[in-house]
Amino acid sequence: MLSVIGKYFEFMWRVCSRPEKWRLYLRQIMVEINKLGVDSLGIVAIISIFVGAVITIQTAKNLDNPFIPTYTVGTASRESILLEFSSTIVCLILAGKVGSNISSEIGTMRITEQIDALEMMGINSAGYLAGPKIWAMIVSVPLLVVYSMFVGIFGGWLAGKYSGLVPSEDYIYGILYMFKPFYITYSLFKSTIFGFVIASVSSFFGYHVRGGALEVGRASTRAVVVSSIVILLLNLLITQLLL
Amino acid sequence: MIEVKQITKSFGDHLVLHPIDATFSSGCVNLTIGASGSGKTVFLKSIVGLYDIDGGDIEYDGRSIMQMTNRQKIALRQEMGMIFQGAALFDSLTVEENVRFPLDMLTDMTLEERTERANFCLRRVKLTNANHLLPSEISGGMQKRVAIARAIALNPRYLFCDEPNSGLDPRTSVVIDELIMEITKEYGITTIVNTHDMNSVIGIGEHIIFIDKGVKAWEGSKDTILTDGCPELDSFIYASELMKRLRK
Repeated sequence: MLSVIGKYFEFMWRVCSRPEKWRLYLRQIMVEINKLGVDSLGIVAIISIFVGAVITIQTAKNLDNPFIPTYTVGTASRESILLEFSSTIVCLILAGKVGSNISSEIGTMRITEQIDALEMMGINSAGYLAGPKIWAMIVSVPLLVVYSMFVGIFGGWLAGKYSGLVPSEDYIYGILYMFKPFYITYSLFKSTIFGFVIASVSSFFGYHVRGGALEVGRASTRAVVVSSIVILLLNLLITQLLL
Repeated sequence: MIEVKQITKSFGDHLVLHPIDATFSSGCVNLTIGASGSGKTVFLKSIVGLYDIDGGDIEYDGRSIMQMTNRQKIALRQEMGMIFQGAALFDSLTVEENVRFPLDMLTDMTLEERTERANFCLRRVKLTNANHLLPSEISGGMQKRVAIARAIALNPRYLFCDEPNSGLDPRTSVVIDELIMEITKEYGITTIVNTHDMNSVIGIGEHIIFIDKGVKAWEGSKDTILTDGCPELDSFIYASELMKRLRK
């Protein structure tokens, strides 16, 4: 366990060293933003709209009381989506989708000697392969989280309106009621950290694959499991510290 | 010239390379032969620095790697070209981009100059009209030629080939061998080729070392390899039915 942590920091030290060519490095970051971030818009939208809808329906059913105003459903849905769903659950989903992608891509490059080929050219392979992915995730994940917040709240509005449980104006009033902008800062801070965790942990496991195709699969699984556990632990820690 | 002095390498408790001495001359194709699992690849990867050696030293034209800083080792790597067993081309890049890659990363040439150099290298390995294809769209022999073109893109002083003929038919193998030979002579490169292909040994083996169970068991050339009478070497060479019949 300690040796793995040591190897992770050693790997990150190599990732942080100066790139051979800044121009190519920045271009690679843009490629990765497209591949890891833009390509995740679909899954984030689908999950957010349905979970937003379910949160609203469940909250409305649980707050079915004449003494509780209907707009509370909007407020409660907003808090659930902003504080936990968009910033943590979406990151766990991204750990599965993007994390396994990163790990298997780098792992395959390892077993097909493409990483050795980079090293042979005198190129820092860890920096060239993992660095742009980490920066891409640091940039993309907070943007995906904001996108998820809007889509989730929209999903809640659709569910409330068409199920007849929450009138449209009450839901919108509830969404705006006692809104604390700090919650957005908190969510964005969390998601930036989670983006870094997903990319760096997955790259680490992919980079250190030894063996064949079977090992690449195992490394992907390990990357997703470890990223998810680290996200959950950090979520607890950050929440305790910031809220 | 590359001088290998008493290098050893082990993985855990398993000693893969026993102390080995060897000298590889410039402008000459040096072969390292041996059975699978004999330690050839570990030997080659130790020479190029992909594996850290446990003991001994390696000198590149008198420059000892043991006395080099990390920066100097990286600079030395840029004087090397390597052809891997599976070609190791970058899947997401086209043939031309693969060859241009080291130029993109490590030189200050303009895009036109880099493209021109990449095309020159591709023509040199007799590969035209494949510039915009991906590695998955070309044959194994073509992939090996792209790998050679990429390896020579930076005008290396040292060329390393790890089983360049593996997975190729005999005719394509001869083409690859001839290319390696031509390039070595043309640029005066120090070339080391790992192989267990006897056609390559007889075709281009100007200087050969035979590794058996991590030990250098024999050294010579293609002129003496069939007649030297080293028992370990003979059991390696005459293992196949074809060679046994030819011997008779």
